[in-house]
Amino acid sequence: MPTVRRIIIGLGNPDRGDDAVGRVVAQQLRGTLPADIEVAEERGDATALMARFADANAVFLIDASASGAPAGTIRRFDVTLAALPQGLFGLSTHGFGLAAAIELARALGQLPPQCVVYAVEGASFETGAPLSPAVAAAVTEAADRLRAEIAPIFVEP
Amino acid sequence: MARRTIKVDYLARVEGEGGLKVVVRDGMVQSAELSIFEPPRFFEAFLRGRSFAEAPDITARICGICPVAYQMSCVYAMEDALGIRVGGALRDLRRLLYCGEWIESHCLHVYMLHAPDFLGYDGAIDMAREHGDAVRRGLELKKIGNEILALLGGREIHPINVRVGGFYRVPHRRELAPLAERLKWARQAALDTVRWVAGFEFPDRTRDYNFVALRHPDEYPFNEGHIVSSQGLDIAARDYDDHFEEHHVARSTALHSRLRGAGNYLVGPLARYNLNFERLSPLAQQAAREAGLAPSCRNPYRSIIVRAVEMVYACDEALRIIDAYQEPESPAVPLTPRAGFGFGATEAPRGLLYHRYRLNADGIIAEARIVPPTSQNQGSIEEDLASYIGDFLDLPDEALQHRCEQTVRNYDPCISCAAHFLRLDMDRG
Repeated sequence: MPTVRRIIIGLGNPDRGDDAVGRVVAQQLRGTLPADIEVAEERGDATALMARFADANAVFLIDASASGAPAGTIRRFDVTLAALPQGLFGLSTHGFGLAAAIELARALGQLPPQCVVYAVEGASFETGAPLSPAVAAAVTEAADRLRAEIAPIFVEP
Repeated sequence: MARRTIKVDYLARVEGEGGLKVVVRDGMVQSAELSIFEPPRFFEAFLRGRSFAEAPDITARICGICPVAYQMSCVYAMEDALGIRVGGALRDLRRLLYCGEWIESHCLHVYMLHAPDFLGYDGAIDMAREHGDAVRRGLELKKIGNEILALLGGREIHPINVRVGGFYRVPHRRELAPLAERLKWARQAALDTVRWVAGFEFPDRTRDYNFVALRHPDEYPFNEGHIVSSQGLDIAARDYDDHFEEHHVARSTALHSRLRGAGNYLVGPLARYNLNFERLSPLAQQAAREAGLAPSCRNPYRSIIVRAVEMVYACDEALRIIDAYQEPESPAVPLTPRAGFGFGATEAPRGLLYHRYRLNADGIIAEARIVPPTSQNQGSIEEDLASYIGDFLDLPDEALQHRCEQTVRNYDPCISCAAHFLRLDMDRG
């Protein structure tokens, strides 16, 4: 049994255009990673995310951002070093989402030792819309970057 | 003329988007207006033309925090229209589902949204650094509330297992057993919550509120009862429109409600508690008394204690229901569509939630009307600000603004539900 618990969490609302991108990346990664890595999808509720953090040694989160950057821009944040930049993720229904989950976990000493957030900049968050072309085109690159980051820390069973 | 201006663009720690404008002239509060700019959501309009059977799932989408309340007022109204009654174990399961929602919703507000006001923090994250044990307890309690929703509702948010006439699937007794163990922990945690919040400092402010809540002959109200008030109103849900009216104000996308001839009124935990104290379980009554609450409490800042007491009740009631549960023969009672009007009122965590429907003979919704608790409380929130803030005007701007926000949060307003909510403009003349 591996002694570390690693989890990838794709975040977002599947029915709100580019907000789904985190989940689409997680879906593309599923089945292509070492078997000990759990792949999960969440809507972004802070308490649900904190439950996912429990007992995890490494958490990789993928979410859509809305910062005004060009659509499809991929950014990586090591949130063990600093909080997520403010104004990057403004899309939680009740303002109590990913950034709050990370900071609440940090305040409670429950932030996993490795915790990385990949943000894919969205263009359109319309209800029922598919991913916009620029964001759909960024999915494979985001998945590849995550795979490359995780591969070196593959744990022999 | 003395002039002081405080402006807050968006009020935090409330559900939805709104603002607040307080006008002060020569040291007196001249007006206090709550503006709600959350966009209208048109749920009543897009229920029209849909089947009565779809309504519990559509109305659940009005709120991510209290979807069960919307489902419950909806199913009772539809059953009223169709002339059926749901009793026994199915009714008990509805109450159990409601217990889950009260636990998770009250817990979110008490721990994450309101407690930081009393302890002097900007929010739950700052509070968590110095009150880690309390916040961990709150998160675990909320999780247990969510587990009830997941088991009975099919999932934690926007449950999908509620239908007119009952449920799609009912749990086996053995599925409820692990929940009972979790609820015993939750009941103790709720008692610890009452003691924790009772230790906060409360502004000494009271008003002669007209409280409005459901009252049932022998239950603390969730799902059924007469609509009663502290001024003697006692009506069935179907008479709601004869006694309550909604009116539009330019500053709000949420209609304001008032009692005809009696003006503003207050719904929610404080109203339920004052009108139903003797119907709380003995343990919840004892917890309230030990926290220094008399059977009547008119200080809205103490509503945080009342929410904690209601969490004790919800855990107690959930355990009672699980202990007595016998699986019903069928998950729902049979029904046949027919034309008619249906009325339903249940107690959402934030207060009375009224639904009215008119159905065509084939069960298609011809008219829908939904009056959420925050709509009903807007007038009372404004009156609280106008009455209480005058005593706090010697506070520095930042502290005064904070006191205004705390006063609004006494109501745990759900602006998203009401819009059809906060930014603060403080104009001191």
